[in-house]
Amino acid sequence: MEIFRAHVLVCGGTGCTSGGSPRIKALLEEELAKNGLEKEVNLVVTGCHGLCEMGPLVIVYPEGTMYVHVQPEDVSDIVSEHLLKGRIVERLLYKEPVTAERVPHYGDLPFYHKQERLVLRNCGYINPEVIEEYIGRDGYAALAKALAEMTPDEVIQEVLDAGLRGRGGAGFPTGLKWNFCRKAKGEPKYIVCNGDEGDPGAFMDRSILEGDPHRVLEGMAIGAYAIGASKAVIYVRAEYPLAVRRLHLAVKKAEEMGLLGDNILGTDFSLHIDIKEGAGAFVCGEETALLASIMGQRGMPWPRPPFPAVSGLWGKPTNINNVETWANIPDIILRGADWFASMGTEKCKGTKVFALTGNVQNTGLVEVPMGISMREIIYDIGGGVPNGKKFKAVQIGGPSGGCLPESQLDLGVDYESLTGAGAIMGSGGLVVMDEDTCIVDVARFFLSFTRAESCGKCTPCREGIMRMLEILDRISAGEGRMEDLDLLEKTAHIIQDTSLCGLGQTAPNPILSTLRYFRDEYVAHIKDQRCPAGVCTALLTYYIKPELCRGCTACTKVCPTGAITGERKAVHVIDPEKCIKCGACAERCPFDAIVQA
Amino acid sequence: MPLKMVELTIDGRQVSVPEGTTILEAAESLGIEIPTLCHDRDLIVAGACRLCVVEVEQIKKNLPAACAQPVGAGMVVHTNNPRVREARRTVLELIIANHPLDCLTCEENGKCKLQKYCYEYGVQDSPYEGETREYEIDDSNPFIERDMTKCILCGKCVRVCAEIQGVNAIDFINRGFDTKIGTFYDGELIDSPCLYCGQCIYMCPVGALAAIPSRGLGRDYDVEKVATTCPYCGVGCQLALNVRNDRIVGVTNIADSHNQGYLCVKGRFGYEFVHSPDRLTKPLIKRNGKFEQASWDEALDLVAEKLGAIKAEYGPDAIAGLTSAKCTNEENYLFQKFVRAVIGTNNIDHCARL
Repeated sequence: MEIFRAHVLVCGGTGCTSGGSPRIKALLEEELAKNGLEKEVNLVVTGCHGLCEMGPLVIVYPEGTMYVHVQPEDVSDIVSEHLLKGRIVERLLYKEPVTAERVPHYGDLPFYHKQERLVLRNCGYINPEVIEEYIGRDGYAALAKALAEMTPDEVIQEVLDAGLRGRGGAGFPTGLKWNFCRKAKGEPKYIVCNGDEGDPGAFMDRSILEGDPHRVLEGMAIGAYAIGASKAVIYVRAEYPLAVRRLHLAVKKAEEMGLLGDNILGTDFSLHIDIKEGAGAFVCGEETALLASIMGQRGMPWPRPPFPAVSGLWGKPTNINNVETWANIPDIILRGADWFASMGTEKCKGTKVFALTGNVQNTGLVEVPMGISMREIIYDIGGGVPNGKKFKAVQIGGPSGGCLPESQLDLGVDYESLTGAGAIMGSGGLVVMDEDTCIVDVARFFLSFTRAESCGKCTPCREGIMRMLEILDRISAGEGRMEDLDLLEKTAHIIQDTSLCGLGQTAPNPILSTLRYFRDEYVAHIKDQRCPAGVCTALLTYYIKPELCRGCTACTKVCPTGAITGERKAVHVIDPEKCIKCGACAERCPFDAIVQA
Repeated sequence: MPLKMVELTIDGRQVSVPEGTTILEAAESLGIEIPTLCHDRDLIVAGACRLCVVEVEQIKKNLPAACAQPVGAGMVVHTNNPRVREARRTVLELIIANHPLDCLTCEENGKCKLQKYCYEYGVQDSPYEGETREYEIDDSNPFIERDMTKCILCGKCVRVCAEIQGVNAIDFINRGFDTKIGTFYDGELIDSPCLYCGQCIYMCPVGALAAIPSRGLGRDYDVEKVATTCPYCGVGCQLALNVRNDRIVGVTNIADSHNQGYLCVKGRFGYEFVHSPDRLTKPLIKRNGKFEQASWDEALDLVAEKLGAIKAEYGPDAIAGLTSAKCTNEENYLFQKFVRAVIGTNNIDHCARL
């Protein structure tokens, strides 16, 4: 075995890859060779660290120094200063936004302080394309334990005792689900990994699949053993090419090592995993639509019963779990139910990975114990709202979730509390919004998403979402009526009550939660004809303050519609009929004379 | 194995039904009608229109669809309380927000299920305004008119085409609000694998699909339905001739029959010969190189005389009989009996053997 004095980890997650990390890696390779260090320093491409905002990331061990926003021109400094002379390159360290202090060590970053990284334990630490690195971190030990020391029933009992609940959003107890499928009659049985992550802004499943694919495969193998399944399918978005490539590689490597395929680890247990790429329909995240899609049909849900556990893929008993759920399994088996259940709340055990995005300092992927408050996630981990703006709301659970205000921030995050507040855990998207966000516009955004992504099968979802979106459009255009709010509420409740699948049943949540917490803002749009956040262009007017205008004519030059008139050195005027509210004049005016009203 | 029975309460009445029965079927057994647009007893349950929602006290989350929800022991079901009626009314309002209210000229008027339920639920207009789906009518073929502007996307046409006929000429295309039923690449029906059995017309609960030869000739309530056997083949499908003023204006299904109502293009659309001016209704005898009308007695005497003469001169094996699949079993039996016993030859065959 080769011994290295230092390891340089280059993030190969999608964020850092698109930020240029492959180039950084190539330059590091060159630079190390130039300095004769290739035998002393090990260069590793890892999965995602979660702090995507700061990418491309390079981490140097044994010190654990994290370099952020690394550019090609920084590579020679990292090699000559850090690796040759042992001097940290200060300017590349993370800068704490409030104190402006540089933080040299990965572990000292406030972003990681309150995190409990279990599922993401290996992400950013190992090379996901090398199975030995996963094995070196106790990988496949849980599978060996399950096969050698546990009966299938004992495995299910362990998962039940751990209290693990489905991480795809609905929070159904995983062990119970496995038991249904184990007890169902029919051969062969299938297990499916749902990697059709579709919520805008959510990327936890992608990061797990890219950063630690073997963890998911191991979880599936343990599940298949417990359920009595011999076939498995991973349904993954085709828009995740890196995840798809690494999954194919991981399955191949695991089969070569006897960890998947026939007679796993020399036992009678066999499992064959196929990878099916989804074609980009949000609704295929719904279990029955997903199964229809695997079978080559249009991705449309079917009514349950029959439940997939009884009649799923090709009419056989099928168990479907989300990527993150499968990724939790190895640790539960290896370290025990008690260990897992010691984290989280009474009803929700373990951790949850959230994708933190929007108006927050540290966007990225965070894994926290269940029950942590949203305030801790947004402020302590996320670093709060940037640019001195005020926090307004957080959308949790994607387009099926709800929009929660400041008053709900101390809520402990678990399935029940979020549902009670009008949101849902969902897959774990957290979009933070500041004061410049218009709440009607937010609801419109999510509704326009579900309008386009509804499969079109059932009436309430197909027709109802469109009608609610049209009402929102009307309000945003200043043509709303007060009765519209009642109609919105009534329609939303009936869509929840009557839709066929989870997509329609939850699609009204953004409307209901914003009406619940931000009704005033809707009323302002309708009664006062005013968009308090200054977003809805139809409700804006630009005018020139005569006392500030110097008649410099700068605004007339940028106005695309010729709406501004006035002689040089005389006060200018905007014709509201011609103005398209693009705001170009206000940006251009050197005297801040042009304002919104 | 005896069926396990499940007891439940529907609208305050106790009922005991076999396990696996849906709420819709259980209610039917009590004579309680639940409105449906996408349900048909012959098709796999879709749960698409959501008009059949009911309230089940044990199901707190939402209003389940009666067509898809199996009964459970001790269930207390309300099929017609204010919450259910409100939900159904909203579903109807959502549908008609996107459905032309042109009942005055619609072929389906009087038979339309959407019209019937709007009447029953007092839905005259929709509170929803906005975009509507409008498409050009497809009457590219001689039989089936597809007016997708009227389509309510219940999917019954898609299912009958796939599940019963096995043709798969049409399916859902696009997504969300833009969903429509279309052929491969959304072309015209004439370029599709459609066999024009017309089963989709029969399934369509509204006027989106109509029989082109019947257009404007009378609605369901204008016609007399005359049950008969299809004359085309030995399957002998039962069908209902829709008759108005002594003319056949269309053919509809008789569901309660050995063919369960299902027909092929011939049975459904091949009736125009009945009123054809070219059709022979009297025997003709060729005299001096010209066909002349004759009486049945004259014609039969002539045939008997000629057959007798051939038999006498050349023997019975000089004669052969060929019968038709268009005849009934009884007619075919009689004909072979005639050829064998009267003519005295075994030279008898049938076109279906070819």
